[in-house]
Amino acid sequence: MADSKRNRMDGEMILSLPPQILELLKGVQQVELKNFSMEIGDLELLIPTSTAPSLHPPAAHAQKIKPVTLFTEHFTRTPVTFPAKIREVTLGATRAEGGSRSRTVTIGGATSPAFSDFFAPPVHPPAIALDVFDMEVQLPKVLKDNVREVMNDPAEWARMNVKKFGADIVTVHLTSTDPLFRNTTPAEACKTVDAVLQAVDVPLIIGGCGDPRKDAAVFSEIAAMAEGERLLLNSVTLEMAEAKTLEKVAVAARVNGHVLLGFTGLELNSAKELNRRLYEYLPPEQIVMDLTTVALGYGLEYSFSIHERARYAALMGDTELQHPVISASTNAWGAREAWMQMAPEYGSRELRGPIWETINALTLFLAGIDIYMMMHPAAVLTLRELVGRLNDTRPVRPEEVHDWVSVRI
Amino acid sequence: MSMEPTTPASGQPAEKKRRKSIREISPIDVYKLLPKTNCRECRESNCMAFSTRLVNGEVVLVDCPPILTEEYREAHAQLIELLAPPVRAVTFGSGPGAVTIGGKYVLQRHEFTYHNPSPIAIDVHDLMPEQELLDRAKTIGEFSYNYIGRILSLNAIAIRCSSKDAETFRDAVKKVVTASQLPLILCAHDPHVMEAGLSACRERTPLIYAATEANWKQMAELALQYRCPLVVSAPADMNLLRSLTKTLFEYGVEDLVLDPGTFGEEGLAATIANFTGLRTEACRNFDELSGFPLLGISMTVWTGSEISEDVLKWKEAITASMLLSRYADMLIMHSMDGWVLLPQMIWRFNIYTDPRKPVSVEPGLRTFGKPDRNSPVLVTTNYALTFFTVESDLKAANLDSYLIIVDTGGLSVESAVAGRYFNADSIAKGLAECNVASMVNHKTLIIPGLAARLSGDAEEATGWKILVGPKDSSSLAQFFRNRWSSSS
Repeated sequence: MADSKRNRMDGEMILSLPPQILELLKGVQQVELKNFSMEIGDLELLIPTSTAPSLHPPAAHAQKIKPVTLFTEHFTRTPVTFPAKIREVTLGATRAEGGSRSRTVTIGGATSPAFSDFFAPPVHPPAIALDVFDMEVQLPKVLKDNVREVMNDPAEWARMNVKKFGADIVTVHLTSTDPLFRNTTPAEACKTVDAVLQAVDVPLIIGGCGDPRKDAAVFSEIAAMAEGERLLLNSVTLEMAEAKTLEKVAVAARVNGHVLLGFTGLELNSAKELNRRLYEYLPPEQIVMDLTTVALGYGLEYSFSIHERARYAALMGDTELQHPVISASTNAWGAREAWMQMAPEYGSRELRGPIWETINALTLFLAGIDIYMMMHPAAVLTLRELVGRLNDTRPVRPEEVHDWVSVRI
Repeated sequence: MSMEPTTPASGQPAEKKRRKSIREISPIDVYKLLPKTNCRECRESNCMAFSTRLVNGEVVLVDCPPILTEEYREAHAQLIELLAPPVRAVTFGSGPGAVTIGGKYVLQRHEFTYHNPSPIAIDVHDLMPEQELLDRAKTIGEFSYNYIGRILSLNAIAIRCSSKDAETFRDAVKKVVTASQLPLILCAHDPHVMEAGLSACRERTPLIYAATEANWKQMAELALQYRCPLVVSAPADMNLLRSLTKTLFEYGVEDLVLDPGTFGEEGLAATIANFTGLRTEACRNFDELSGFPLLGISMTVWTGSEISEDVLKWKEAITASMLLSRYADMLIMHSMDGWVLLPQMIWRFNIYTDPRKPVSVEPGLRTFGKPDRNSPVLVTTNYALTFFTVESDLKAANLDSYLIIVDTGGLSVESAVAGRYFNADSIAKGLAECNVASMVNHKTLIIPGLAARLSGDAEEATGWKILVGPKDSSSLAQFFRNRWSSSS
């Protein structure tokens, strides 16, 4: 896997000696120290020995002066400031704000790429949203085991997500509205969302079925029914613009005070185009972006790089990308390595699945995700712990340094 | 608008000459220094084509034989200077298994591409019973995973001195040398112990771990004497790390690897910040003392107070994966569990792919094996990894078959079904354009299990019988055994 050719090239890199020493040693076979004085004082001469056979012909400056004491150097991080920041978006609204939530979640506000500046931790910690579905869906066994008894009741499922698993936000997937599944009506969808709103007091994300016409119809009715709740409608797309249903949803979101999630597939120009369309209808503070999260092993690197690019461009001043971003870590479960029984040397899927979702989330955490859509409790717990830990900018104390070299394990 | 964020002028030492980033080097810069003879020894059509590929990282300078001759000595030196990566490439190990670490040009992979995938080393120690030591060394060499047709494996063995005894360490190194061809990292803080270890694997050019504040001079002597690269270790002390790096470099040890310390618990933020800080200074500000490969040691999580093995493995897995994303050019790990290693090996493979490579493959017809008029016809999307996965599974299963790639704008099956890119119409269009009807005697089309809900509409749109395949192409072989012969 290593590129040996490349290394040959690098192996030829020229050593950059301090120029004065190079000058001093140019063409010299012996060095006499009496004609100059040095501040460092403690210098000794290397008398080349013949013990190690040399692969290279000896260079003229092979006789180096070896330091005998440590140089004192200081590592300084070059301060970097970016001209722009990510917009802040608030999900959910309290009674005083026109909704019925007891807490709201504000995301965004980043002023530098995530964890690029030790002393500028994220303005708002990322939020975690847990999924519920409005119909029986196929879930990997490892996921199903945790929620089996509530799977037929979205409200109970939502309650469990908040109480037992500590969800900041609940996502209600209205999968049954899909014309290719049950094709349930917008009115039925409203009932489901209303039941979940009654059951929990955290902000909600409303997931559609992906059909640009049906989603528009469902989202518009829900937007009116839950006026003022500042729901995040997941999602609006360029296909909606093509199907001429985007305006309807965007206007419903503005009129009723909700937030839109713009979904595009790993393509920043599309993301920008969709946002431009949305600016015609509602303020940018009501837009979150989903740039697509792919599973580890199935293209997570595309998601990682698109998020790094988007965030960097936004901080450099691209206003069309200055929106918080969401990641569906649950997509990790699409990877066969997450759910499949495999040969014993690859471990049990009870551990492989959750670590897959966890690493999917943590990888994009480093790229600056603001909201995660998650499912497995162990993944949620780990992410929650690391959000706290990565905000802890205290330097490591010497007693925390352990000797791993001699440890007996 | 400027391409880079602003840094105060005072942040840069005034005397430092700012080098050009690989992205700012134009093919013309390179062309000017090439022989300009268009001799085509590099197999490119001319020197200009070669320089374009050179700045794109697609070829390397040694691919141009004339530039290596005495006639072009000065131009060669200038080209090396011009094209040198801001992070030095360091090689250890010998023969075909030698690994090169570092050699990075950019901070973010989308700026260019990352080179030299981080090797993963697994530890052994010198107090292991002989059989256990040999077994572990063997297992490290044998562990592998077939990922979309590529074999992913582990790359090195880190031998730790637990005994603090030179002879015990020498014996352990000898045993590992006979048991494994993998490159070695010798880990000991006592220079006498290190020398004993080095004497037992002289021919293997191991990486020496590590020079510290206490032993740097003796370790430097060993590194020079044995011509081995040397790790500089100063956990959580960035000033000391830099002081040691500078001193060792001046001492004559040029192939250095930096260990700024890995802390998976309370110090995780500092760990990420230190790795990021070093790599940022190297790639953005061309700071030479930061420009060495970085060593991440996720096995340090095993030294804490936690006792549950599964928890420790979990912590190691997440620490290792974050280090891979955040600039570790090599990892030393302890856990050998597949569920810990698999995500690291796959993620490493992924972030070292060329980000300029498109997300999609060309739509159209592909054939596998020697399909005839009775062979099955399958359809999938043109997302690159969907295609590679299906391709790898069809090859592994030895299935003679036709595969229609539908243009879904590079979306996977699940996303493309949700987004309506993969629907009855696009399937019908793909089928018609490939003219596959003229190649087979049947009219049965196998669609992905994740697109099951399209079967009714697709049957109507194509006039073909739709057979819903497995959700995951890994079950295709089984699917054909059970379903194909009976339905065709």
